[in-house]
Amino acid sequence: MHVHFLDPFRPRSSPVHRLDARVKFVLALAFILTTALAPMAAWPVYILLFALVLCIKILSDLGVRYVLRRSALALPFVLAALPMIFTIPGEPVALLHLGGWTITVTQPGLERFISIALKSWISMQSAILLAASTSFPDLLAAMRAVRVPRLLVAMFGLMWRYLFVLVDEAVRLLRGRAARSGQSSRPGQRAGGSIAWRARVAGGMAGNLFLRAFERSERIYMAMVARGYDGEVRHLPLPAVSAADWGILIVGLTVLGSLMRLGLLASL
Amino acid sequence: MHHSVEVENLSFSYPDGHLALSDVSLVIRPGEKVALVGPNGAGKSTLILHLNGILSGRGTIRICGLELNKSNLGRVRAQVGMVFQSPDDQLFSPTVFDDVAFGPLYQGLPKEEVHARVEQALQAVHMSDYVQRVSHHLSMGEKKRIAIATVLSMKPEVLVLDEPTAGLDPRSRRALINLLRELPLTMLISTHDMRMVCELFQRMVIMDEGCVVADGLTEQLMKDVRLLEAHGLERP
Repeated sequence: MHVHFLDPFRPRSSPVHRLDARVKFVLALAFILTTALAPMAAWPVYILLFALVLCIKILSDLGVRYVLRRSALALPFVLAALPMIFTIPGEPVALLHLGGWTITVTQPGLERFISIALKSWISMQSAILLAASTSFPDLLAAMRAVRVPRLLVAMFGLMWRYLFVLVDEAVRLLRGRAARSGQSSRPGQRAGGSIAWRARVAGGMAGNLFLRAFERSERIYMAMVARGYDGEVRHLPLPAVSAADWGILIVGLTVLGSLMRLGLLASL
Repeated sequence: MHHSVEVENLSFSYPDGHLALSDVSLVIRPGEKVALVGPNGAGKSTLILHLNGILSGRGTIRICGLELNKSNLGRVRAQVGMVFQSPDDQLFSPTVFDDVAFGPLYQGLPKEEVHARVEQALQAVHMSDYVQRVSHHLSMGEKKRIAIATVLSMKPEVLVLDEPTAGLDPRSRRALINLLRELPLTMLISTHDMRMVCELFQRMVIMDEGCVVADGLTEQLMKDVRLLEAHGLERP
């Protein structure tokens, strides 16, 4: 009984899946950078960026619905930008009366909020595409290849490997609790205990999980040392990027570069 | 007079479509001690998880005459003392006392009774001195016994154990077998320890690939070497 739902990788045989992970990683980062640097209210640029990500979605055979559903994950983070609607000075669009307070919705505030929401949503989709079309080990290898610090990549790798173990462990703990959460046969006995008591139990479980993760990390480290680990992570060299993939990388970066330029022109 | 455990035509598939139980039926009479054997992946643990409704498949399950459904889940869980394979899954509280008291406290029993039950349960597993110990630092054998105490404190009618002797040294294993022998409860014990099965259980149920393939007297089934071999088992 293992938890698999966390793994975003969806194996398919699309051109996007076959593309070299290093190229995909660089292009996804460049895409997110372009999106982040696009100026406020540059609507045409947003539309083009969205069209681009939509094309890749269709090419990737993952299903547009799948990516859109997962991209809803970005929505809660957008809330952080919500106060902008009211705090950025400018031409008022609407007045809200809350009790004795009057809040002004300004046009620049609204534009900025919508821009940020759209930009984070579009960026999220490209990240989802990357994660869904590249297996995690390939992604780690790609990060190493483009010189993300090795220790950081090693930590990502270990975290990924043991996240599942930890979730399984948590599930088993919860099961152990459920199995003993019974009801007395005596009438009038309310089961469940007080909220404070239940919170204490849950706290104990969380602490337990932490201790176990901690002890497990020590065992893993010992197993690594036993096999010669000296603080340096070594890997087999990757094969060279093919000419076709180089071509895609260059075309992709050129397209993103011109989109960035278009954004800058629009803001002038 | 009802039976302790009645499972009728139980089938269950995991979300990935893998059929883990297919049409399993099993009746255990009060006071009976039954061994559940079979290779890894045969469905033993899946069956066990059904007995108190942690998993639910198609088919009916009655525990002590109560049909298992959402509304009496709590009652059934108090009747079935389930001990998991890894005691670490069972011992999630800071001290041994907290763990053994969890069941009674959850049921909302008065304080004096909780204390009395913890004492009785620890006495039954011969671990009375461990009340204030930290579960985390006990040995495997000690953890197993405490895990059994955590369900004894609920005064269950049926004791269900998943591979209780796995990972124990000979002395702890012997102590556990003696403990199981002296506990006067209905038992269903999933195990690979065939020597213990011969010694302790009159009745044995063999499962393989999600089905009950044999159910009968241990003495007789153990003689059938062909049957045992066909299901990846060995005569001790």
